[in-house]
Amino acid sequence: MSFLSFLLGQKKTSASVAKERLQIILAHERTGGSADTPDYLPQLQQELVAVISKYVKVDPNDIKVNLERQDSLEVLEVKIEIQQDQP
Amino acid sequence: MTRIVVVTSGKGGVGKTTTSASFSAGLAMRGFKTAVIDFDVGLRNLDLIMGCERRVVYDFVNVIQGEASLNQALIKDKNLENLFILPASQTRDKDALSQEGVEKVINDLKDMGFDYIVCDSPAGIETGALLAAYFADDAIVVTNPEVSSVRDSDRILGILASKSKRAVEGLEPVQEFLLLTRYNPKRVNDGEMLSLKDIEDILRIKLIGVVPESETVLQASNQGLPAIHIKGADAAEAYTDIVARYLGEEKPLRFVEYTKPGLIKRLLGGK
Repeated sequence: MSFLSFLLGQKKTSASVAKERLQIILAHERTGGSADTPDYLPQLQQELVAVISKYVKVDPNDIKVNLERQDSLEVLEVKIEIQQDQP
Repeated sequence: MTRIVVVTSGKGGVGKTTTSASFSAGLAMRGFKTAVIDFDVGLRNLDLIMGCERRVVYDFVNVIQGEASLNQALIKDKNLENLFILPASQTRDKDALSQEGVEKVINDLKDMGFDYIVCDSPAGIETGALLAAYFADDAIVVTNPEVSSVRDSDRILGILASKSKRAVEGLEPVQEFLLLTRYNPKRVNDGEMLSLKDIEDILRIKLIGVVPESETVLQASNQGLPAIHIKGADAAEAYTDIVARYLGEEKPLRFVEYTKPGLIKRLLGGK
């Protein structure tokens, strides 16, 4: 929208609204695919377990891998609980 | 070498069958031996659009299941010497198609010396659509200037890039072409419709042509005649250009600019 049309109070055309909406939703769908979690997560989790258990004793269930998406931000969260040695 | 072209879109009702009929007829008019296959098992319509619905005896599924030979099932077009139609089954369900079966039919068509095999995909992303796209060398993605159609086309492009034979086997990717149908330059001009530039920006594939919204298309399908045969009509000219561009010729885009009707035309009530 030009400055002039802003002053005149003209509204955005519906076609430009359509284009914007499509660009946003497709950018989202192209990165994420249809599934919410990428398919490498389970393997990443397994390999992490293998590496970490070389050095410390961990239960496979104590390692959690999670991916969160917010708008343009992606957070890969890895949570490892290390067991305390039982007396 | 036989070239396999899938006409696809994701969304229904955008003009896949209309395009398949006119595109295959256009190739045949150029002298290429062309077969057009309807992959929409259970909801066949290509036969109606091509005007051969009363000549269907055997269909694609009969051939796949060995109940008829390919020669028995292929219907020779009534207008063009070197155009053949392979209709879909109307009674079976969509799972009657198998990848091996489709591959055999396509290989047999290649052996019969066909230059082009046009696969008319059903809407959606289920078996029929996946199989229609699987063997493709080229894809014509039919899109309307409308949000849901553009989104579905994007999805189909993703499928072509990941699930086609060329993708699975790591060969050169399927060549993708955008074909815009039901385009209305006046509404684009008024900002009521996505422009072809908008859609090219979003989908980022090569544009092969624009078919304007036209009364001809309905008139043609009413008669069972591919729209490309309607002499002098915009849609027919647009499809002729599309075939030429597909064959590598340079053709400027037509029917995409809106010109205000002049005073005289308005007084005479022209459109």
